[in-house]
Amino acid sequence: MYYTTNFIFTGLAVAIAFHVGLFNIGGEGQAYIGGLGVGLLCLALDASVPGPVLLLLSTLSAALFGAAWAFIPGWLQAYRGSHIVITTIMFNFLASSLMVYLMVNVLREPGQMAPQSRALAETAWLPYMHDLFAAIGIEFERSPLNISLFLALLCAFGAWVFIWKTKWGYEIRTVGSNQQAAVYAGIKPARVMLLAMAISGALAGFVGVNEINGVQHRLLLDFHYGYGFAGIAVALMGRNHPIGIVLAALLFGALYQGGAELAFEMSNVNRDIVVVMQGLVILFCGALEFLYKPLIANMFKEKTA
Amino acid sequence: MIDTLILTLDATMRVSTPLIFAALAGMFSERSGVVDISLEGKMLAAAFTAAAVAYLTNSAWLGLSAAIMVSVCLAMLHGVACVTFRGNQVVSGVAINILAAGLTMTLGLSWFKQGGQTPQLTDAARFSTIDFPGAEMMRDVPVIGGIYSEMLSGHNIFVYLAFLAVPFTWWLLFRTRFGLRLRAVGENPKAVDTAGISVHRMRYAALLCAGILCGFAGAYISSAQNAQFVRDMTAGQGFIALAALIFGKWRPLPVLGACLLFGFLDAVAVRLQGVEIPGLGKAPIQLIEALPYILTVVLLAGFFGKAVAPKAIGLPYVKER
Repeated sequence: MYYTTNFIFTGLAVAIAFHVGLFNIGGEGQAYIGGLGVGLLCLALDASVPGPVLLLLSTLSAALFGAAWAFIPGWLQAYRGSHIVITTIMFNFLASSLMVYLMVNVLREPGQMAPQSRALAETAWLPYMHDLFAAIGIEFERSPLNISLFLALLCAFGAWVFIWKTKWGYEIRTVGSNQQAAVYAGIKPARVMLLAMAISGALAGFVGVNEINGVQHRLLLDFHYGYGFAGIAVALMGRNHPIGIVLAALLFGALYQGGAELAFEMSNVNRDIVVVMQGLVILFCGALEFLYKPLIANMFKEKTA
Repeated sequence: MIDTLILTLDATMRVSTPLIFAALAGMFSERSGVVDISLEGKMLAAAFTAAAVAYLTNSAWLGLSAAIMVSVCLAMLHGVACVTFRGNQVVSGVAINILAAGLTMTLGLSWFKQGGQTPQLTDAARFSTIDFPGAEMMRDVPVIGGIYSEMLSGHNIFVYLAFLAVPFTWWLLFRTRFGLRLRAVGENPKAVDTAGISVHRMRYAALLCAGILCGFAGAYISSAQNAQFVRDMTAGQGFIALAALIFGKWRPLPVLGACLLFGFLDAVAVRLQGVEIPGLGKAPIQLIEALPYILTVVLLAGFFGKAVAPKAIGLPYVKER
């Protein structure tokens, strides 16, 4: 379930970009920078600000940093016509270079060799689920799952409302399906793209909340590893619909956890087998959709005939 | 001073080699109108295959041929997905990257049980260096001797192959009928189709070339530059090659220049580790390492020059019925 939380965030991030017709591979970098946002804010304020306010602020900070990191490629695509796929890949690498630099030279805990920051004060920790349930009298197994899951579900619901029930969502879908028509309808595609990318980045940035406030309690390197790419698989599997994404994220969360369990049981299988599955899912859901679409369509036809 | 420079250039040659191969691979593919993000995945798979096969057979050449085969298979998979089934080329590329990363780790772990690494290769299973005639004698001649013996001589056969591959690619793409058709398919597939040439076949041919070149790049990394395969060995070099391809505007010579530049930056970054630069203090290595990406983004944004991609790039071709 803890993995699921991350996958919901990145899956939604990719999906929103898809709706506007852009392909955001930058979830990886945006999640990373979102975590940086959380870390910076908490390191700066965890001594002075009370818990709830701090958590709220750090969530906002994650969104802001992630959004900024997605906004730049978005802007380049909308106004300078540089291809978003290429720029987001570049930005992933830039994010990791930046983080290495900061962790090694700026934020490292004094007197420590390991490139990680000092632990955050307890006020910056998100409550774990098992503590939460214990408080209301249910015994629950200890796990890294924390209340950011609620944030994820909230985001999923929010995304659904946003895309299908608001004016902006309508504009986003219009631009995604037909730019020309959007222009004639008085929508400015460039601005809509920027909006979508910023939201997409903000969602990816929330991974930082789950990881930094929820589990790691300190800023460190590579806490985001692979979630951004898994988000692509999740979004494709969920057909870019929030409900589908939550389900697909659940599946992948189970796969990840199962992969870890398997590695315990059998020596020659390890968690990377899950990565293989991810690749296959992306391949079959995304790239080969025309392979089986006719088949399935025919099946339904025969039934009705 | 001059010695340091020569040594840095020497390292540049070595680092640039896989970039050159991969960027040329990308050139074939993208010139024919197929976006190729999967350079990284193909290189990774090829690197793993080369190391594994070379270790098992004790022959570097068998490793290389196996690497090329695997890389071509992945390229063909890409082709089936994007050319035949008209899928999204970017999605397919990402899928191949992830697939390669997962498979190399999983297989590596279950075959060799060394945490995803292959065992060290013996010298017989590696590509050894080639010394130019007279390199030893020339060593003491100032400047020229250093350049000749350090920088030019004593590399793997791959390094020389990479530099030969550039003019060869240029000739193939710009001076043969095959190349003309390939470029035409990337610019205006309909016209090519009208002329009675199969667009799909041309694109498959381009992907085949790309696969072969990525095989070279991967084999070089694991069985020439190093002596074993380790996890995530390619470490983003495929993407740097992609950046170089864009930076060089999809033309052979500028692309070679971009590869050398990025390789040089890499070599400089290694040398500058912890070195004090007067006036700047310690150079942040990460900044130098990130330069290729920054430069590419800036170029794409059109702040200096304009990188114009082949027109039909990323579009699957559908014959009118």
